[in-house]
Amino acid sequence: MIIQTIVKKNAYYDSVTLMLLSRELKKLEGVEEILVGMGTDLNIELVQNLGLFSGELESITSNDLFISAKFDETRTNLEAIEAAFVEQLNKTDQKEADDDYQPPTLKSALQYLPDANMVVVSVPGQSAADVVDEALDNDLHVMLFSDNVSVEDELRLKQKAVNKGLLVMGPDCGTAIINGAPLCFANAVRRGRIGVVGASGTGTQEVTVQIHQMGGGLSQVIGTGGRDLKEEIGGLMMIQGFQALIDDPETDLIVLISKPPAASVAEKIYRIARQSAKPVVIDFIGGDRAAIEAVGAIACISLEDAARKAMAKLNGQKVADFVGFSLPEAEIEQIVDKAVATLKPDQTELRALFTGGTLADEAMKLLGGRYAIYSNIPLSPEMAIENMPDQKGHLCLDLGEDRFTRGRPHPMIDPQTRTEFFRSHVDEQTAVILVDVVLGFGSHADPAGAVVDSVREVRKRLGKVGREVVVVASVCGTDLDSQNLERSVRALESEGVIVMPSNAQAVRLTDRVFQRLEKGN
Amino acid sequence: MENLIEKANQQVLEIIQNARPTLIGLGIAGEVIPGMEKNLFLHAGPPVTWERMSGPMRGAVMAGLIYEGFASTPEEAAKVAASGKIRFEPCHHHQSVGPMAGVVTSSMPVWIIENTTYGNKAFCTLNEGLGKVLRFGAYGEEVITRLKWMEAVLYPVLKEAIAIHGPIDLKNMIAQGVQMGDEVHNRNKASTSLLIREIASSIVKTSFSDEDKVKVFDFLNSNDHTYLNLSMPAAKASLDPAGGVKYSTIVYTMARNGTDFGIRVAGLGDRWFTAPAEIINGLYFPGFTMDDANPDIGDSCITETLGIGGFSMATAPAIVQFVGGTPKDAMRYTTSMYEITTEESKAYKLPPLNFRGAPTGIDIRKVVETQILPVINTGIAHKDPGVGQVGAGIVNPPMACFEQALEAYVKLLEDEGLVE
Amino acid sequence: MSVNELFKKDLKVVNIGLKSFYNDLKSQNLTAVHVNWKPKAGGKTRMVSLLDKLKKMN
Repeated sequence: MIIQTIVKKNAYYDSVTLMLLSRELKKLEGVEEILVGMGTDLNIELVQNLGLFSGELESITSNDLFISAKFDETRTNLEAIEAAFVEQLNKTDQKEADDDYQPPTLKSALQYLPDANMVVVSVPGQSAADVVDEALDNDLHVMLFSDNVSVEDELRLKQKAVNKGLLVMGPDCGTAIINGAPLCFANAVRRGRIGVVGASGTGTQEVTVQIHQMGGGLSQVIGTGGRDLKEEIGGLMMIQGFQALIDDPETDLIVLISKPPAASVAEKIYRIARQSAKPVVIDFIGGDRAAIEAVGAIACISLEDAARKAMAKLNGQKVADFVGFSLPEAEIEQIVDKAVATLKPDQTELRALFTGGTLADEAMKLLGGRYAIYSNIPLSPEMAIENMPDQKGHLCLDLGEDRFTRGRPHPMIDPQTRTEFFRSHVDEQTAVILVDVVLGFGSHADPAGAVVDSVREVRKRLGKVGREVVVVASVCGTDLDSQNLERSVRALESEGVIVMPSNAQAVRLTDRVFQRLEKGN
Repeated sequence: MENLIEKANQQVLEIIQNARPTLIGLGIAGEVIPGMEKNLFLHAGPPVTWERMSGPMRGAVMAGLIYEGFASTPEEAAKVAASGKIRFEPCHHHQSVGPMAGVVTSSMPVWIIENTTYGNKAFCTLNEGLGKVLRFGAYGEEVITRLKWMEAVLYPVLKEAIAIHGPIDLKNMIAQGVQMGDEVHNRNKASTSLLIREIASSIVKTSFSDEDKVKVFDFLNSNDHTYLNLSMPAAKASLDPAGGVKYSTIVYTMARNGTDFGIRVAGLGDRWFTAPAEIINGLYFPGFTMDDANPDIGDSCITETLGIGGFSMATAPAIVQFVGGTPKDAMRYTTSMYEITTEESKAYKLPPLNFRGAPTGIDIRKVVETQILPVINTGIAHKDPGVGQVGAGIVNPPMACFEQALEAYVKLLEDEGLVE
Repeated sequence: MSVNELFKKDLKVVNIGLKSFYNDLKSQNLTAVHVNWKPKAGGKTRMVSLLDKLKKMN
């Protein structure tokens, strides 16, 4: 076993490029483990965890690129890796050679696009604040995808934005659709009369997708970033976006999506909702229903429910909680019957492997207190995965959370993380695997295909011990998305995956299966 | 207070934009270059001792010693050079510039350029052509013979021809050349043709024999780089008046001696900021590789300092092939130079960029901030004396030059209590 | 430009960071410029502090 390291001083590449490259290089013969990255504290920690640390990395800075690799005795040396690395990079560069000129700074970019009005920022967190500052100084709206921006910076930047009447959507904001233009991770949806302000990425995606599938459309979808409704930030962007939608003649109805806000922030939002002449639908996922209804707003029980209520209200129909299924009850029962029949009595556990954090959170909340579910984003601290005894019990994971994305892209971009969890966390006791498949801009080219591969692999593995497993999925996507909703559903179904039309229904079906299992079939 | 910097830079840009380099005649180095003496050898780049001189620079010095009669063999020349009998100073310290090794000795004929707006002069030797030549460190007999012929025939013919013709506005001629596919550093084909066309009748009118005139014509015509030795002093004459404009962050000299790369900044006067010169990424002549190359050498990047040369690559796509590039790369090189410069040239307009002016006025702050380095087109000299040119390509100055200059600049402001 | 004014305009985007976001915008024929962003002064803290000193001269 040989560990080798190359450091290139002051060579910056973005993290996604490098992470995808690491994966390519790992395929080379003789390479046991490899990491290509910038010398950030996080990456150095990762290098140590992977057992790739060597002396060369001691004086590295976050502006230096490193390649660390572990080889078996026989094969490749680091020079070959470096050559492959350069070749891969050149491939990217070659593509770029045909592109338009790419200026190095915002200032210069504004000379090429003087009437720009939106800046999308996804640089590393420690530099992001400066970039946003400069954008605001130029009176530009900002979508801030980067995470690792401090609360202090977020507050300062949002205050500055509010004073200038500008948007700062983020940090850690995954999705927005402004004037019909999808930004970062957004689905291709029809334009229409419903405006959304969302503090949670995949939650917002699910609502917009559901509205589209019901024949509705979106006027504006404004993201705020996950911390906006915390006490420290005070909901500055939720309020700014809410107010803008109230004033927007193209918007007839407003949907607000967030995890339960801080009480003081909720108060501010309720105050505006009470004044709003336009109907307001609020999904504070698992939040205080009575308080919402007290101000005349419409409360929801799921993301799908929010979309349904918005559409019903807009169309002058009766607004009621949606607790069931799109399919007739009899068909659902058939599906459950068929699924349960395949399982052995000691198959009792749930493996919910989500790429979307809000979808994972919604799943656990919908399953309520009925099950003890371990998670990396647990509903109560004692259910943290660290406390999970020897992989026994129900498990629901947000695979996009930091601990799983160190040194690799988000699982919505690269399904590899989930593929590995299918291998490591699905066993003979697993009864149901529950997954989300998120389509849209920014996402992997074929996330359904990756799930299909994993399911096939898992079925083969369990088949050897004479077992089957129930797989339930929902696809967050539309017919307009490049990955295509229908094609994705068909691919999943052809592998025997039960595909439900929403995350809420997929969770509910899962619930039915477990209820039946508990009754002892 | 930032105004202080911007104001100074504006003044520098005004000086550069208003410059009018004009060819006014020829002379002998020892007679016209200020401070020139028999035992003073000028060389390219920042100051360097014989001990630290690279192969081609040493070769050029040896050729100069033989040419001036200080020695009759290369071995003898090397001894004289090491003896301390000869003083070495940069061309730039004597209002001169020299391509590659840039060695100027007192008997060499030089072009005389005057910046008629500000009255300052610049000097440069006559180009010897390609192949085994002094500026690439060759010192064989053919080198010396050619230098002697240049002194005896080429020089007097051209001197008389220019006297007959009268001053030639080089700013206009470069502007035309730039529109004809020259960046007047590594491609001078169009400009050389323009020069010959301009002075043809005057050469014919000189008092010399037809045989001499024909040889002069053939010599000028056979060497595409004849014009380089005019574009360089033209750039030098344009930039020199900017040196010493206090508080300016604009670079007014870039030069290399084959060992070090040096820059000078207008607001920091005569101070050189140097770092080891780089090896050139380029196209090597058959039989040669990067291992044969000497590090970057020559004063010719004075053209880039003015915004032509590599900075105007967009207009000279023909030579982007030296680095295996495409015309699109040429555009990209130029476009990226706008990121580190201050204005667009009012005289040198680039047709492929919709007649955008050449990127002018390198600002050390922008170079350090963006880490985008100036792009320089250059020839490549063999690392050993006496071999000559082995290729051509593209090179950057070391970032350290600009970072040191920024350090010194901030220190200056600190010393004056202008920054904390 | 207030948020409501923005809603009346065609969105024109400067993308700083991940290139794929820019590619997505271009694939829909939206107006966008991609910034080939690098850390300021290559992230060299000494150089950043010098540049900041000069900026603060205002």
